[in-house]
Amino acid sequence: MTAIIDVDRLSFSFGSGVLVQPVLKDVTIAIRQGEIVLITGPSGSGKTTFLTIIGGLRQAFHGSVKVLDQQLVNSDEQVKIKVRQQIGYIFQQHNLLKSLTALQNVSMTLEMGNTLTEQQRLERSAQMLTAVGLGDRLHYKPDQLSAGQRQRVSIARALVGQPKIVLADEPTASLDKQSGYEAVSILKQLAKESQTTILLVTHDYRILDVADRVVELEDGVIKAV
Amino acid sequence: MTLIDWFYFPARLAWRQLVFDRTKLVAAIFGVLFACVLVFMQLGFRDALYASAISTALKLNGDLFLMHKQSEALWRPVKFKRTELMRALGNPAVAGVYPLYLGLAPFKNIETQTKRTLMVYGFDPDSQIFSVETIRDQQAGLKLKDTVLFDEYSRPEFGPLRQLLQAGRNITEINDYKIAIIGLIKLGVSFAADGNVVTSELNFMRIFPKRDRGDIDLGIIKLYPGASIKQTQAELRLRLNEFVHVFTYEELLQYEKNYWANMAPIGFIFGFGTIMGWVVGLVIVYQILFTDIANLRNEFATLKAIGYEQGYFIRVVFASAFFLAVLGFVPGCALSIGLYHLAESQIFMPMPMTLHKVVTVFAFILSMCAMAGFLAIRKLKAADPADMF
Ligand SMILES: Nc1ncnc2c1ncn2[C@@H]1O[C@H](COP(=O)(O)OP(=O)(O)OP(=O)(O)O)[C@@H](O)[C@H]1O
Ligand SMILES: [Mg+2]
Repeated sequence: MTAIIDVDRLSFSFGSGVLVQPVLKDVTIAIRQGEIVLITGPSGSGKTTFLTIIGGLRQAFHGSVKVLDQQLVNSDEQVKIKVRQQIGYIFQQHNLLKSLTALQNVSMTLEMGNTLTEQQRLERSAQMLTAVGLGDRLHYKPDQLSAGQRQRVSIARALVGQPKIVLADEPTASLDKQSGYEAVSILKQLAKESQTTILLVTHDYRILDVADRVVELEDGVIKAV
Repeated sequence: MTLIDWFYFPARLAWRQLVFDRTKLVAAIFGVLFACVLVFMQLGFRDALYASAISTALKLNGDLFLMHKQSEALWRPVKFKRTELMRALGNPAVAGVYPLYLGLAPFKNIETQTKRTLMVYGFDPDSQIFSVETIRDQQAGLKLKDTVLFDEYSRPEFGPLRQLLQAGRNITEINDYKIAIIGLIKLGVSFAADGNVVTSELNFMRIFPKRDRGDIDLGIIKLYPGASIKQTQAELRLRLNEFVHVFTYEELLQYEKNYWANMAPIGFIFGFGTIMGWVVGLVIVYQILFTDIANLRNEFATLKAIGYEQGYFIRVVFASAFFLAVLGFVPGCALSIGLYHLAESQIFMPMPMTLHKVVTVFAFILSMCAMAGFLAIRKLKAADPADMF
């Protein structure tokens, strides 16, 4: 079975000249479809940087990063946009659009491809919000929701487009123990139903048990656990 | 993706973001409204000026007109010899020639005794050179000594002449010469003169004792029915002295209008005012759009991260600019209609709200907002999806 994410000797540095700061050094990892992989590691070890490269948000220049069979190293904007559209993101901060309701925020993901009617888009978004337990909060704006509820809207937004890959960067950081665990469980349950690959960065050891595999990144080097 | 969706989705997002922050939206609308009213008033005053500037010329009844080439406009003519006009009679197509005398003189308000300058027109009462019914109806009276007809459209500072005449108080002084007002006419005032009276050639010479009947300000030529105006004009140009213009009716109107548009600084002043309105509105709308993009940087970066393209955000910004243009223009236009009515009642000049003006100003406001959008989209580059995690 071929890997859906295939990283081979990826190196990445910030800055240039004497100020160059290596962040990722010869990282190699392959992730299969449907796998749930947790990345942990000390602060500043390069976890976020790694995730932004996988997600086509940051340009890398050395090594090879194949995501959904697209080479992202030295790629052009169009390739990155194509990859981005097939990935669901859950950001550390919820990053919802504050002028839109929960329902409108979630359906923003579906407006891009536009194979659906407005009716279908809203229906699917509502279903997804109901699945994360927000069926009664469809028309609330982000600032009328609690932090945990916002994070769940954000999960719904990432999953509604039925992405092949979900990338999440400390999605539970702003949540308490209970709602953090709930959010991740919802994520896992929904993802397992549709064979979605999940790559999740966390410091939160309470949620390690949802993972198929845990990977530790230290100083830009992978250490399998 | 259809073309409609291509516009519709970003426009809908722009709309939702605009109405989300009502305070800012109201501020932006006021900015556009302000620019809109400013431009409407500039154009309104300018057009009223042009319209009133040609109001006298418009009511002249003739086929060809002689004017000294040094005359910048009808209200400040350079005199030329009456004999020059008479020479036109040599052309077989010419049926008659009539001189018009013009002079600015102080008119004494019958009630308050204060003096104010108005324009005095002297002409042959039999000549029918004005296409104004109220003049034709009363021209017999002008043949009497020391009589004038007063223009009802003159500014109110000259006194309530209609009531005064009804009360039998019709004696006053023009240029310190005693005359009787025997009736009212409807001619129209301009920026050059606040009021008008018309009188006979002979009475004109009595009001202006230093004027010579041999020196005229405008020559009016009437042709026999069926004669070619263009051809006669060409013939007269060859025959007459080169210091006179031979104008057709339309050319005379155009000449008058050009004076105000180009020669006088007024055309420039209104043009300048219009540009200022554009610039002020541009700065306001640009500020609003720019701070909006700065504040929404994270949201735009998020959308980029989930796969939206740069073009989408450009359309969002232009859609915002378009909505601001429309939202500011509609109340701006309504307010301007009210101000036009107010101005008409205060300065006695016609200020019609024409469709042409509405379309012009809307195009103007639209270009202003588009320009603001164009300047603001540079800020979009600051939205980097790599900062999102
Ligand atoms: N935009 C940037 N410009 C320059 N250096 C950066 C930038 N972003 C991150 N770095 C540096 O790269 C290193 C790795 O950062 P990264 O954000 O990937 O760490 P992390 O593992 O996600 O840490 P944390 O657990 O604290 O989120 C850090 O030393 C950081 O200072
Ligand atoms: Mg991080």
